[in-house]
Amino acid sequence: MLEFIVRRLGLMVLTLFAVTLVAFAVIELPPGDYLTAYAATLAASGDTVDKEQLESLKRRFGLDQPMYMRYLKWIWGVLHGDFGYSFGWNKPVSELIWERMALTVAVTFSALIFTWVVGFLIGVYSATHQYSAGDYIFTAISFIGLGIPEFLIALVLMWVGYRYFNANIGGLFSQEYQTAPWSWGKFVDMLKHLWVPLIVLGVGGTAGMIRIMRANLLDELRKPYVITARAKGLRERHLLLKYPVRIALNPFVSTAGWALPGLINGATIISVVLSLPTNGPLLLNALMVQDMYLAASFILLLSALTIIGTLISDILLAWLDPRIRYARR
Amino acid sequence: MAAEERQEQLVVAERAALREEGERVFVASQWQLMWWRFRKHKMALVSGAILILLYSVALFAEFVAPYDPHKYDVKFTYAPPTRLHFIDEAGRFHLRPFVYGLKQERDPKTMKMLFAEDRTKIYPLRFFVRGAPYKLWGLFSADRHLFGLEEKDAVFFLLGADRMGRDLFSRIVYGTRISMSVGLVGIGISLVLGVLIGGVSGYYGGAIDTVIQRLIEFIRSIPTIPLWMALSAAVPKEWSPLRVYFAITVLLSLIGWTSMARVVRGRFLALREEDFVMAALLVGASELRVILRHMVPSFLSHIIASLTLGIPGMILAETSLSFLGLGLRPPVISWGVLLQESQNLRAVATSPWLLLPGVAVVLAVLAFNFVGDGLRDAADPYAR
Repeated sequence: MLEFIVRRLGLMVLTLFAVTLVAFAVIELPPGDYLTAYAATLAASGDTVDKEQLESLKRRFGLDQPMYMRYLKWIWGVLHGDFGYSFGWNKPVSELIWERMALTVAVTFSALIFTWVVGFLIGVYSATHQYSAGDYIFTAISFIGLGIPEFLIALVLMWVGYRYFNANIGGLFSQEYQTAPWSWGKFVDMLKHLWVPLIVLGVGGTAGMIRIMRANLLDELRKPYVITARAKGLRERHLLLKYPVRIALNPFVSTAGWALPGLINGATIISVVLSLPTNGPLLLNALMVQDMYLAASFILLLSALTIIGTLISDILLAWLDPRIRYARR
Repeated sequence: MAAEERQEQLVVAERAALREEGERVFVASQWQLMWWRFRKHKMALVSGAILILLYSVALFAEFVAPYDPHKYDVKFTYAPPTRLHFIDEAGRFHLRPFVYGLKQERDPKTMKMLFAEDRTKIYPLRFFVRGAPYKLWGLFSADRHLFGLEEKDAVFFLLGADRMGRDLFSRIVYGTRISMSVGLVGIGISLVLGVLIGGVSGYYGGAIDTVIQRLIEFIRSIPTIPLWMALSAAVPKEWSPLRVYFAITVLLSLIGWTSMARVVRGRFLALREEDFVMAALLVGASELRVILRHMVPSFLSHIIASLTLGIPGMILAETSLSFLGLGLRPPVISWGVLLQESQNLRAVATSPWLLLPGVAVVLAVLAFNFVGDGLRDAADPYAR
């Protein structure tokens, strides 16, 4: 087990390194030198351009040096918690992202748990009641859930809320808590708003989970040991939970790994529609105005989040099912 | 006694029928078997018909759309969908559906412009009417449209009008062309990349395989939307619409090829061990011949199935990016570009038909999913 974890950790470090390369590429993508662009906008808005300040910025980001030096400089800063400077906000990036990232994590993980719990319950129901009316309804819903893009669900929900309840269901906080510091009241207020993004994000993921759980459990239920247990007179509920469900759970856990990138994808888009104070709107805005340090930091952190999440689900799976530890040698 | 005899005759007849069908199955080609299997999947059949319809609309967009999608008229800002009628005021039934004239009046209280039917005027809807001139595929000049109104002064908006009074139905029709083809072009590029890289990975195995598999795992572990957003934001603003379109599709397939490569690799690994491959090698067939003549045909159907399942992802990605304003930009018309208008919640609240392009997206995605499912089942005609 330890060997497995060590090997997976090694792989993760490699992957994280590759992610930093991608994020750095994003910084370098826009044509031209962003500092020049920044100076131009400053000049255009009538501000005096401070030559000295520009020089110091140039030195700080190593714009006069070759690319690999710039990368090293940047990654050195990132490792020390300095993510660069946001020219759009005139603030260090690290001051902007952490609260947003925390909320992103909160939304994504609650959505993951929501997806899991609902997917599990409905999946078990669908498998044990195969071809019942309920099964058909859930199958139909999950097919539609897979086909509708999240932002469309968000749009429709927003419209319904606005049109029929005359309320704006976007955002994560009520007006009075928007800028207030964290408190118990603010937390409760967030929970009250969280259900909309949860449902929107959850529909697609849950649909996949239901189908996986249903298929796995159906396979298990056909196996002879189930018949034996039933013949011995084991109570149905006991029988179901004791063996088939546990075995069917394995692939379920491994799907958490790939569900995470999907959830982060969805969260990014719907947060723009629902104007959630998470990464989405800020990232979109940063990309629009080519505020590249900010954008790259988001991409770096979101990818890191996914990779770590995948690692956790891998380890969880190996712990659940010893066969995986040995098969992946 | 008679009953028993009849029973026996029935059994004999049944056996004969079975044998006949068995023989039919034995001599049928692989594609024949696949078609029989596919036919059983009713949803896939219906979805296949929908896809054919959507692609014909995309092909003949100029002809199907009653109006020029760029023709604007602020008079008709947010005009609601025009109702088709069969029965007129006098209660007479018309076989040919008709629309009433459109008149505007100001609400005396709120001073908002309201649209109402002008019941004094009746305009029948006709097929193959003359309308705005267009050039089909940029080649053939024509002015016939599939349907429309003959009278020049009358207008009808089947699905309403948008912010600038443009006909939403015509715009969705034109959007079909872009949105449905992004999926095809994107999946085409993914296919080439996937088959090449996956084939190399599966055929040679060993270190190359490990490296490629790690690469694929890496690409799949990055959340794609933020990355796509970053990459498409880097597409220069001054590029022509066509170049932007290709840039976006290439970006989409840069990530899309991974699933294709996985399928191809898996098939290669499985087939490499098959007896018929060994036999072909033993009789002296070249490596290339073994791959192209013996291996590819046996997994072609699987590739087609996963191609079909890959297209909806592309369509959704393009829609999402364009929706966010990072993908295709007006004046290009795609479903995502059209949905951008529905970001304005107030506009959607009063004119919900702005959400209709989303229905087109869902329809296309679901249809591709069902056809893909059907094809995947059919790809293995021997599996029960």
